[in-house]
Amino acid sequence: MKTVTEAELHTYIDGVLSEGARAEVESWLASHPEDAERLRAYAEQNALLRSLYNPVLDEPVPAALLAVRPHAWRRYAAAAAIFALGIGLGWMVRGVFITPQMVPASLARLAATAHVVYSPEVRHPVEVPAGEEEHLVSWLSKRLGTALKAPQLAPLGYDLVGGRLLSGPQGPVAHFMYQDARGQRLTLYVSRQRGEPRDTAFRFSQEDRVAVFYWVDGNFGYALSGEVRREQLLKVAEVVYKQLNP
Amino acid sequence: MDRRLIIEHIPRLRRYARALVGDRYVADDLVQDTLERAWNKFYLWRPGSDLRAWLFTIMHNVFVNQARRRRYEIEQAMDELPAVAVRATQGDQLELQDVDRVLRSLSAEQREVVLLVAVEQLTYEEVSCALDIPIGTVMSRLSRARERMRQLLGGQTVMPLKVVK
Repeated sequence: MKTVTEAELHTYIDGVLSEGARAEVESWLASHPEDAERLRAYAEQNALLRSLYNPVLDEPVPAALLAVRPHAWRRYAAAAAIFALGIGLGWMVRGVFITPQMVPASLARLAATAHVVYSPEVRHPVEVPAGEEEHLVSWLSKRLGTALKAPQLAPLGYDLVGGRLLSGPQGPVAHFMYQDARGQRLTLYVSRQRGEPRDTAFRFSQEDRVAVFYWVDGNFGYALSGEVRREQLLKVAEVVYKQLNP
Repeated sequence: MDRRLIIEHIPRLRRYARALVGDRYVADDLVQDTLERAWNKFYLWRPGSDLRAWLFTIMHNVFVNQARRRRYEIEQAMDELPAVAVRATQGDQLELQDVDRVLRSLSAEQREVVLLVAVEQLTYEEVSCALDIPIGTVMSRLSRARERMRQLLGGQTVMPLKVVK
């Protein structure tokens, strides 16, 4: 009997063998039960892997993936947005030039800047410490004109340090700071957004060393910043989102 | 250039990415980075050639670059773990989670080959092109990965085998 190669055995379960080759493999398997058992296990792996991952094909495709466009277009859009933002602010024209689409990009930058400025603070990282959380939340809620909540991130290892009020291009900004056991800090930036209420998907921006996940929910923009890995930050961002949208 | 050409491949790119990295969101990020790269390099794609294989090539490159940049320490550590058989947890039925866990225990190189062959059903030649490795390397990775999975799964009979095309 002709010796069947390892490659032919794999081809037998994966691909199309010619009639002749197929017959050769089959007669080999008939007299080599160990190989037959091995191939049976491999074919079963194929079936199990497919039943595990084929369901992904039926999931709706996230809008963010359908929205991917060539970079040149996006660079142009970003440049146009910054330009328009400059005009908008320079002329002090309220809400005319600032279209909703371009606000989030500036949101990420502003949040990253606030993170870089306040998170290294040792003595004065916040205005109101976590010990006065109730006061902090009611004060910031009053200033932003909405009922805010400070997300509870302790299950993820991040305790609330406290918060402060900041000034942003759209008025008051609530800034919450969290810290883990090693002193790694995350900040949540919440600001009112101009224009029609709307919702966006999570977006990600890497602003130098600071990773930012940001989104718009109704009239408010949220940005979570930290010098952590994207995956790690995403996990926290999801929890923040869920807690703010129960 | 027709966006629909690329868009219709997104579900399969998502399936492969999910199987490759495990986490849903990390996987979709990988798809997003792949699509961005594909758009920027679309002029390099020869109309008439296999767009899907081309997209898998791009995803492979993005994945490898990210892995290099982020140094997937966990993955490296897992490669060095001794093979420990996964016990079926309920009776003799292997659970899909066990298969997934075993898949994660493969090196990224082996996992790519197994998934492209088993789930994406690319031919060995297509895998060789997509990963830019000789076909002999495809076969040896495939063979090692399958044998490792078989051993980790205990080599036991698990489910009635259906022939799935």
